[in-house]
Amino acid sequence: MLLTISTDHRPAADLGYLLHKHPDKFQSFDLSFGTAHVFYPEVGDHRCAACLLLDVDAVGLVRGRNPDQDFLLAQYVNDRPYVASSFLSVAIAQVFGSALQGRCTTRPELVGTPIPLVARLDVLPVRGGEAFLRAVFEPLGYEVEAVRHPLDERFPEWGEGPYFSVTVRHTVPLSTLLSHLYVLVPVFDARKHYFVGEDEVGKLLAKGEGWLASHPAKDEIVRRYLGNRPSLYRMALGRLVDEGDPLGDESPVQERAEESLEKPISLNDQRLGSVLAAVRASGARRVLDLGCGEGKLVREFLKDRQFDEIVGLDVSVRSLEAAARRLKLERLPDAQANRVKLIHGSLMYRDKRLEGFDAAAVVEVVEHLDPPRLAAFERVLFECARPRTIVLTTPNREYNVTWETLPAGKFRHPDHRFEWSRPEFQTWATGLAARFGYAVRFLPVGPEHPEYGPPTQMAIFDRNA
Amino acid sequence: MRISIPKLSLVVLIGPSGSGKSTFARTHFLPTEVLSSDACRGMVADDPNDQAATNDAFDVLHFVAAKRLALGRLTAIDATNVQPEARAPLVALARKYHCLPVAVVLNLPEDVCQERNRGRADRAFGPHVVRNQRSQLRRSLKGLKREGFRHIFVLDSVEAIEAAVIERVPLWNDRTHEAGPFDIIGDVHGCADELEQLLERLGYGKVAATGHEPGWSNVGYAHPEGRKAVFVGDLVDRGPRVLDVLSIVRNMVTLGSALCVPGNHDMKLLKKLNGRDVQITHGLAETLAEIDALPADVRPAFTKSLAGFLDGLVSHYVLDGGKLVVAHAGLKAEMQGRGSGKVRDFALYGETTGETDEFGLPVRHNWAAEYRGAATVVYGHTPVPEPDWLNRTVNIDTGCVFGGKLTALRWPEREFVSVPAARTYCEPARPFLPEAAQAPPLTAQQVYDDLLDAEDVLGKRIVTTRLRGSVTVRAAHATAALEVMSRFAADPRWLIYLPPTMSPSETTAEPGLLEHPAEAFAYYRSQGAPQVICEEKHMGSRAVVTVCRDERAAGERFGVTGGEIGIVTTRTGRRFFNDADRERQFLDRVRAAVTAADLWTSLGTTWVCLDCELMPWSAKAQELLKAQYAAVGSAGRAALPRVVASLASAGARLRDGDKEKLEAVAARMERREQGVQKFVDAYRQYCWPVNSLTDLKLAPFHLLASEGKVHTDKAHLWHLDTLADVCRADPDLLVATAHKVVDVTDPAAVAEGIAWWTELTGRGGEGMVVKPLDFLLRGKRGLAQPAVKCRGREYLRIIYGPDYTADENLSRLRSRGLAHKRSLALGEFALGVEGLERFVRREPLRRVHECVFGVLALESEPVDPRL
Repeated sequence: MLLTISTDHRPAADLGYLLHKHPDKFQSFDLSFGTAHVFYPEVGDHRCAACLLLDVDAVGLVRGRNPDQDFLLAQYVNDRPYVASSFLSVAIAQVFGSALQGRCTTRPELVGTPIPLVARLDVLPVRGGEAFLRAVFEPLGYEVEAVRHPLDERFPEWGEGPYFSVTVRHTVPLSTLLSHLYVLVPVFDARKHYFVGEDEVGKLLAKGEGWLASHPAKDEIVRRYLGNRPSLYRMALGRLVDEGDPLGDESPVQERAEESLEKPISLNDQRLGSVLAAVRASGARRVLDLGCGEGKLVREFLKDRQFDEIVGLDVSVRSLEAAARRLKLERLPDAQANRVKLIHGSLMYRDKRLEGFDAAAVVEVVEHLDPPRLAAFERVLFECARPRTIVLTTPNREYNVTWETLPAGKFRHPDHRFEWSRPEFQTWATGLAARFGYAVRFLPVGPEHPEYGPPTQMAIFDRNA
Repeated sequence: MRISIPKLSLVVLIGPSGSGKSTFARTHFLPTEVLSSDACRGMVADDPNDQAATNDAFDVLHFVAAKRLALGRLTAIDATNVQPEARAPLVALARKYHCLPVAVVLNLPEDVCQERNRGRADRAFGPHVVRNQRSQLRRSLKGLKREGFRHIFVLDSVEAIEAAVIERVPLWNDRTHEAGPFDIIGDVHGCADELEQLLERLGYGKVAATGHEPGWSNVGYAHPEGRKAVFVGDLVDRGPRVLDVLSIVRNMVTLGSALCVPGNHDMKLLKKLNGRDVQITHGLAETLAEIDALPADVRPAFTKSLAGFLDGLVSHYVLDGGKLVVAHAGLKAEMQGRGSGKVRDFALYGETTGETDEFGLPVRHNWAAEYRGAATVVYGHTPVPEPDWLNRTVNIDTGCVFGGKLTALRWPEREFVSVPAARTYCEPARPFLPEAAQAPPLTAQQVYDDLLDAEDVLGKRIVTTRLRGSVTVRAAHATAALEVMSRFAADPRWLIYLPPTMSPSETTAEPGLLEHPAEAFAYYRSQGAPQVICEEKHMGSRAVVTVCRDERAAGERFGVTGGEIGIVTTRTGRRFFNDADRERQFLDRVRAAVTAADLWTSLGTTWVCLDCELMPWSAKAQELLKAQYAAVGSAGRAALPRVVASLASAGARLRDGDKEKLEAVAARMERREQGVQKFVDAYRQYCWPVNSLTDLKLAPFHLLASEGKVHTDKAHLWHLDTLADVCRADPDLLVATAHKVVDVTDPAAVAEGIAWWTELTGRGGEGMVVKPLDFLLRGKRGLAQPAVKCRGREYLRIIYGPDYTADENLSRLRSRGLAHKRSLALGEFALGVEGLERFVRREPLRRVHECVFGVLALESEPVDPRL
């Protein structure tokens, strides 16, 4: 909402020339999201302070012209009017454009001169806390002072909020300070970006020239600046490689908690491999992938001519759309496309479309079901769909202790409703097999720990003749 | 010629080009009943004579014919149909849809046809075409019967064609005009003692049949009020008095006091009587022994008469306007009211899977489990210990001859009346009476309802509601609902109701306000309601509380067996409490309060379903509060004082125009500083820590339903008073809802109502809900809004932001459209009530779930969330 830039450079009033804004005026500028005001609360020989005040029109944001706004921006109850965000960057570029670009006709010699500058932001939302704040500013030579505000002092149990009053100090040319702020302010809460398009990449590269490529936190800065869009992120990172030190392979996009735990042991690949082996071994030709998600296993099935008919089912339409994109279903030749079908459905409802298959894979699904609803799942799969072979995997809770980053008692994924130990899983599966006329055997997936077993457990059910 | 055809038939016109088929079809059938091959050619190829399009045209013709027959619509095919291969698919279609194929042959002399074609520009084919068709037709005539046509009419001259009259006759099974009341009686199997008792119990009196025939007794029964018995068949075999049973039933049918459909045993006896070779098993010996015991001079006439009676029995009946179907072994929806060998077989024997069970008996396919028809099907055939409803079907064969009982279903009362067997006359091959200890705790319907079917929720659905007719759920919204329902919702057996959304009152023009009671009052006045009730709107989270008297009641009524006594769900059907122990403690308290208020007795119920608000808001909305409301407050309260101070410093420096500009901005910022503080004050009203159960407050305001009743027929005052009794029993947990009745035609009363709202919201209350006095109000244009909310000025900061009261904001916020919200509110309300009504009527769960699912689906429609 408020950026205060001050200096004790002498004469301090030079700040006015550098900013191209007269210290004795109150100037207002219309911007797309509201109004920006520039004024000087303090002008003296020893000290001069200039304020850039953003008056964001919260109602206008909701009722505004851009219908594709982020959902959170579309709330009237919105922190945007009070924080330093990408709006501030826009305002810096538009109101202090010359200063940002380092142009000053009246005092050209000042432009490149480092002067002692202090920038204060009221208030900056920081995801990642003070540590991240320092990790971003300190490598650039800033001295950082931050005061964190509570969410609500009436309810201390709610904890601290994400908002800081931040002061950074450094002796740099003004244009450098403004460039840093322009790039870095939106980075602290990448959540609510306004426009993230390809031209943003260009802007980032232009304003980050000379310092971003060597910044130790550049990955994080780039990713957040671009609002976590992986493709844009890769594009930008690729271009950065040309400028700074060589980067390795594409770094992965922000991973979900479970994936980041499992990545080091490439559990996902091992799991898909094991499931594929078990389904292949059954001799199945018509297969189901229940809870197919974005279609990784479907893609494996598709590569193997053993499988004539492949049906992936998921309860999330978004996942199915992603799966269709990843599998490029629309562009597959007919002979391929006719083998695969993605259907929207739920394992809580009996579904005729699932009947008559040779095998079904149920990979990392049961732990997403509420325990009282498991009974419905069991009947839908084992009694109604009743494939000849069922390959089912689920996490082995015992293994969790081997992950130091996973707090004790926490599940691997926030949507997990439970995670089973090996005895719990085997008791469940054995009972199920007996009840519905299947034989069951168990196999480990992933590196086995001598005490805690494998990270993933797999059961293979075969229907009795 | 009088051409009598069944009401539902597939009429195949046969005749060469120029024989006048189209004219004949136009004369005797509706334009929509006629499918013409020429028209189909036109449809697919723009040219009715394009012979190259023939195959595609017939694909269309067959497709449409199939749809029509499936829907039970008579269909006439206008094509030459002179070749057997053209007729074969039509006969197959008729068979598939269990209706009769009828051939009408227009067999005119060749010269007439040729002459007619010469007169038409579009029939420029040579004379050989008609000649060929004529000869194909002549060769076909003899084979039509063999091809499967049940009725064949040949019209040989122009005069005969012109004189033809078509008469549509209902099928024998069509008794839709008979409304009863009926007493449908299960398999008797020669148990005349029990039958006589049952008839007497049902109020029938003995009447002598007229006209004595040898071998038949003259005992008949009739009901003084004209009720009619309907026998589901299997009168004969196994039991001690087969001939007496036959006499009674036959005499009643003759007297018009009964209908009877045949059972498989009756038909097997008929075969035997007709001299066919059948196995003398399954009790047929007993029947034959009785017949053999007749005097030799009587026997031949009697057997002939008996065969005549049995032969005249119609496979099934459709009664009472189509609402009731009686068939011996039941009948699928697509077969009801239709006639074919397959229909008759199904009605007699049901469907078997081809397997046999451990007793060597055929395993029956459970057609009732898949039944989705609208008619109630009453049947027998397979003995069951108790009559048991499943998907609007009920088996009333309670195994009298095996020592069970003889059961009747009273229609439309749907009551069972039974007479126990005097003894076991026959040992069943498969024991059908369960061990007492094994008595199933759940009904067949509940066991079946354990699983719902995707077909019952997916895709576009049109749900018929009592309150608002058809409510449409679009496929895309059903999709969203399926995901939410599957991933988050509670067990569907507990989910009998989801609350509807509620519209605010019209936007007010009062300065500084968006909502005001005057608009709510005016709305109901415009709907013709003289009085309304204002209820305090509690600010928490909507909760639906269903609680049973005990675990047994929960099992009996909701089919849950996990030992739960109820559930608390959110407005989207999720469990309110993640902690099962906390939920149980909570429900125990609510149950104790309901017990203290003695609702179990006064309502005659073992369960109640309550519509409530559960407070504090922070209990459920903690994350939202922290991420959005507290966050905005925190940011605003941290930033604005700094802004105001900086402006003040600068203000001291500036002068003239600049100073004025600055002061205007500074004043605005000071107002915003106050605004954000008021915003924080507003949400704080609805937050407090929850450390123990009684930190929660439950405010019930609708007593939605209890056994046998959805309380939409009671006024809101009844709801509030009854619930106030409950609340008094546990004031630490339960909060009665303050309310006030306002006469909206009396300005003084209106002013009082407004004052009440002003006072309520002045104390930090959310606002009030205005409802008509009665639960349901029909206005000028149908159902009126069941409730309209009117929120307070400070509360609305939580919705529209801290600065919404500023003039420049209010003027923009006032333009908000309520129409969509109101139509959603009505749709969801109608669905919600419909779901409860279906539950109370003990309809299958899928029928209840359909409504609940529908509410959730409508909730996923995009509508301004601030309304």
